[in-house]
Amino acid sequence: MSTTIPLEEVKNVTLSIYRFDPGKDKKAYMQDIEIEVPANKDLMVLDALLLAKKKETSLSFRRSCGEGVCGSDGMNINGKNGLACVTPLSEAVKRNKLVLKPMPGLPVVRDLIVDMKQFFDQLEKVKPYLITKDETPEQERKQFPEEREKLDGLYECILCGCCSTACPSFWWNPDKFLGPAALLQSWRFITDSRDQATEERLDDLDDAFSLYRCHGIMNCVSVCPKELNPTEAISNIRKKLINRNN
Amino acid sequence: MKVDEIIKAQDLPIRDFDGIIIGGGGSGMRASLQLAESGLNTAVISKVFPTRSHTVSAQGGITCAIQSDDPEDDWRWHMFDTVKGSDYIGDQDAIEYMCSEGPKAVFELEHMGMPFSRTEEGRIYQRPFGGQSKDYGKGGQACRTACAADRTGHSLLHTLYQANLKAGTNFLNEWFVIDLVLNSSKEVTGVIAFEIESGEIFYIRSKAIVLATGGAGRIYASTTNALINSGDGIGMALRAGLPVQDIEMWQFHPTGIYGHGTLVTEGCRGEGGYLINKDGERFMERYAPNTKDLASRDVVSRAMAQEILEGRGCGPHEDHIKLRLDHLGPDVVHKRLPGITELSKTFAHVDPAVEPIPVVPTCHYMMGGIPTNINGQVVTLKEGKDSVVNGLYAAGEVACVSVHGSNRLGGNSLLDLVVFGRAAGIYIEESLKQGSSLSPSSKEDIDQALIRLNKLNASKEGKETAELKKQMQDNMQSNFGVFRREDLMEKGIEDLGNSREAVENMYLSDKSVSFNTARIEALEMQNLFEVAEATAITANERKESRGAHARDDYPERDDDNWLKHSIYFSSTKSVSKKDVNFRPTTVQAFQPTERSY
Repeated sequence: MSTTIPLEEVKNVTLSIYRFDPGKDKKAYMQDIEIEVPANKDLMVLDALLLAKKKETSLSFRRSCGEGVCGSDGMNINGKNGLACVTPLSEAVKRNKLVLKPMPGLPVVRDLIVDMKQFFDQLEKVKPYLITKDETPEQERKQFPEEREKLDGLYECILCGCCSTACPSFWWNPDKFLGPAALLQSWRFITDSRDQATEERLDDLDDAFSLYRCHGIMNCVSVCPKELNPTEAISNIRKKLINRNN
Repeated sequence: MKVDEIIKAQDLPIRDFDGIIIGGGGSGMRASLQLAESGLNTAVISKVFPTRSHTVSAQGGITCAIQSDDPEDDWRWHMFDTVKGSDYIGDQDAIEYMCSEGPKAVFELEHMGMPFSRTEEGRIYQRPFGGQSKDYGKGGQACRTACAADRTGHSLLHTLYQANLKAGTNFLNEWFVIDLVLNSSKEVTGVIAFEIESGEIFYIRSKAIVLATGGAGRIYASTTNALINSGDGIGMALRAGLPVQDIEMWQFHPTGIYGHGTLVTEGCRGEGGYLINKDGERFMERYAPNTKDLASRDVVSRAMAQEILEGRGCGPHEDHIKLRLDHLGPDVVHKRLPGITELSKTFAHVDPAVEPIPVVPTCHYMMGGIPTNINGQVVTLKEGKDSVVNGLYAAGEVACVSVHGSNRLGGNSLLDLVVFGRAAGIYIEESLKQGSSLSPSSKEDIDQALIRLNKLNASKEGKETAELKKQMQDNMQSNFGVFRREDLMEKGIEDLGNSREAVENMYLSDKSVSFNTARIEALEMQNLFEVAEATAITANERKESRGAHARDDYPERDDDNWLKHSIYFSSTKSVSKKDVNFRPTTVQAFQPTERSY
C-alpha cells in the first residue's frame, strides 16, 4: 500500500455508485451519495460504503472480514478492480470523487453485486483439490521446505474474482477460457509435490481455449489484491504442456 | 414464494436433505465432508460463499500433539494445558476427546492437501503458542501449534472447501436461515431459509441439522470478528427455547490493531515478539514471570489493560500497547508472518520488521455457546437434567462442548472446529444408518418460525438496524469489557431491556426481494441482540472472577459456588448452574489449583 495522505484533506467525499435493483429498475444508473469522513480517521473504501449504506439502506454490496482475506468485496474502484476493505480512500479518491462499479464482465445481480457463477464454474473445472493415488500414510505426507515453497504465491488466492473480471479474454469467453484465478489454482496443484494427477490436469487444459486464450497482458497481476501472479502460473503450465507435447 | 411477502406455512415449498449444515466455516465444512463422503445427500447452507466464512481469518495455527517439533510430545500435556487454560470449567471428557483425536484430524487435513509450513525433515512445522507446556506444566514452554505461515485459517478453510467439492457436497451458497422449525415434542425437523439472490423461500427438512454458524463478536463495538459474525445460531437456539452455556465468557485477544481491531496473531509472540509499554518496558515479565508474553490470553489482556489504566499506555492518549517484532529480523518476520506484515502496513501503517505494531485487547472469541455433548448433539435442561434435543447438532464456535471453559488457548479453536465437526458427522452418519424418525411439524409449528420475518415485512415504522446496533455495541463495549463490575453491568442490562421491544419491532424500509442486504442485517441484528442480552445477564450473575470473566467487585475465583457452567434461557431470562465434567475416560481428572503462568 502506498503512503497515506492526511485525511483532513478528504472530509466530504462524493461516492458515485452503480445502482441497479432488478425488482424496480429497468436499467442501471449512477447515484451520488455524499459522506462525511471523520477527520484524522483512516478509512477504507469499505468504511465509506458502510457510511453510505447508513444514508441509503437499500445500497447493496458484499462484505465480510474487512481485512482483505475473505475476498467478498471485490469491485471496480475508480476504474480498477480491487478489494474495498483494503483500499484506503486517500489512495482511491480522485478529485474528491470515488466511482464504484461492480466488477466488469459478469452479470450484475444488484448494485455492486455480481453473479459469480461463471467464475466458480471455471474454478471447478480445474479440479481444485489434491489428487493422490498412493495409499494414505498414517501421519502427514512428507513435503520438504523447498517443495512447500513452490506453493507460496499460489495458495494465498482468496477467490475474490478481481483478476478474472479484469481480463478481456475472460470477458469474451467466460465459459471456455478458464481465467487467471482458475489457472492459478490449476498450477497450485500441478506444482504441489504431493499431487499425482499432473498428466490428467494437463490433458484437461490442452485445447485452444482453456489456457491458450491468455494473451499475457497481465491485467490480472496489476489488480490482484494479494499481489499474486497468475500470468506467471499460466506461463508455467504452458511450458509444461509444450515440453510434454514435444 | 418470495421473501418479501407475508408468508403462511401452507404456501411454503419444501426441500429435503439427509443432513443439513448451517454455516460454511471450518466446523460446518468438516461435518458436511464426513456426511458427503458417506454418500448422504448433504447440503451446506451458508449466508456467504463458504471461503468467505470467518475461519478464513484465523492466523497462527492449530494446536495439536502431532509430535513433529517434539517426538516426545503427549496429547495429555495438551489436555492439561487446555484444562488449566479453561480455568477448570472446561469439560474434561470433551477436552480429552479433542486432544487425543486431534492428531488424526490434523493429519486428515494434510491428506486433503492443506499447505502446512514444513520442517527440514518434511514434517508439519509447529510453533510455540500461549499457555503451552511440556510435562503437565513442569517441562517449560511447548511448541505445539501447527501452521501454514500465518494464514492457517485461510489454508484450512480453502482445503475443506476443495475436499467438499471433491466429495460432491451440495452448497446452498448465499442462503439465509431465519429460524429452526420444531415439532410438538420440541425436536428439530428443519429450517426456514431463503436464497438471498432470488428471494425464494423454503421449508428445508432434514433428520440432522448442524448449527455451525460461528461466533457473534459483533455484539461489541471493537472486535477482530468479521461483519458476518452475528450469532445467528445462538439467536435461533434461544428463540427455539434452548439454552446457552457460559455465554458470559468472551475472549479479548491481546493484540488487535489499535483503532481498527484487526487481529495480529499470537504467533508473533510465539516467534519471539513481545509487548512493551510507553517506557519501552517488557511488562509481561512482571505479570507472568515464567511464561511472560506467552501466558494465556486472559492474563495478557488484563495485564495490558492494567498498564493502560495505570498510565503506561503508548501514544498521545496513552491508550494502547506496542508489539515488538523488529528484533527478529526481516527474514523471520517476512517468512513466518507474511500476513501480519501485510495487515500492519495496511491498517497501522507500520512495517513490523522495522517498527512495533500498536495493539489493544480486542473482543475475539465466544467461549460459550449452545451446550452439546462430544457427539455434537445439542443438550438442553429438562427438570434439571441433561436432555438431548433430537435432530439438532452444533459444532465450532457456536457450540459449547465445552473445551474452552472460561478461556480458550490460542490454536485450540481450529482444532475444536475440525475435531467436533468431524465428530458430529461421524455420529450423524451412524444414527441415520440406524434410522430415526421424528414426528412432523404442524403448520402452526412452521408459522412460529416465520414470525420475525413476517413482522419485518409488515413493519411500517420503528427503529432501524444501524441505530439499534450502535446502541447495543457501545453498551457492550462500555459495560461488559475486559473488567466488569455490578453497577455498570446493571445499567447495561437495563439499557438492553429497554431496547428489546424496538429490536423485536424493527422497521425495514427496504422491502425489495433480490439480494436485499438490509433485510439480512435486520435479521442478524435480532440474533446479535439475543447474544448480547444473554451475555449481559449471565455476566452479572457469575459473581466471581474466572478466566476471561474478570470482576472488580469479585476479584477471586470462587470454586465453592462457581466451579460450574452457567446455563441461560431467554424465555425466563434465568441463569442456572450445571456441573462441569471431571470424568475423562483414560486419564485422571485434573483438579483445580491456583492458576499462574
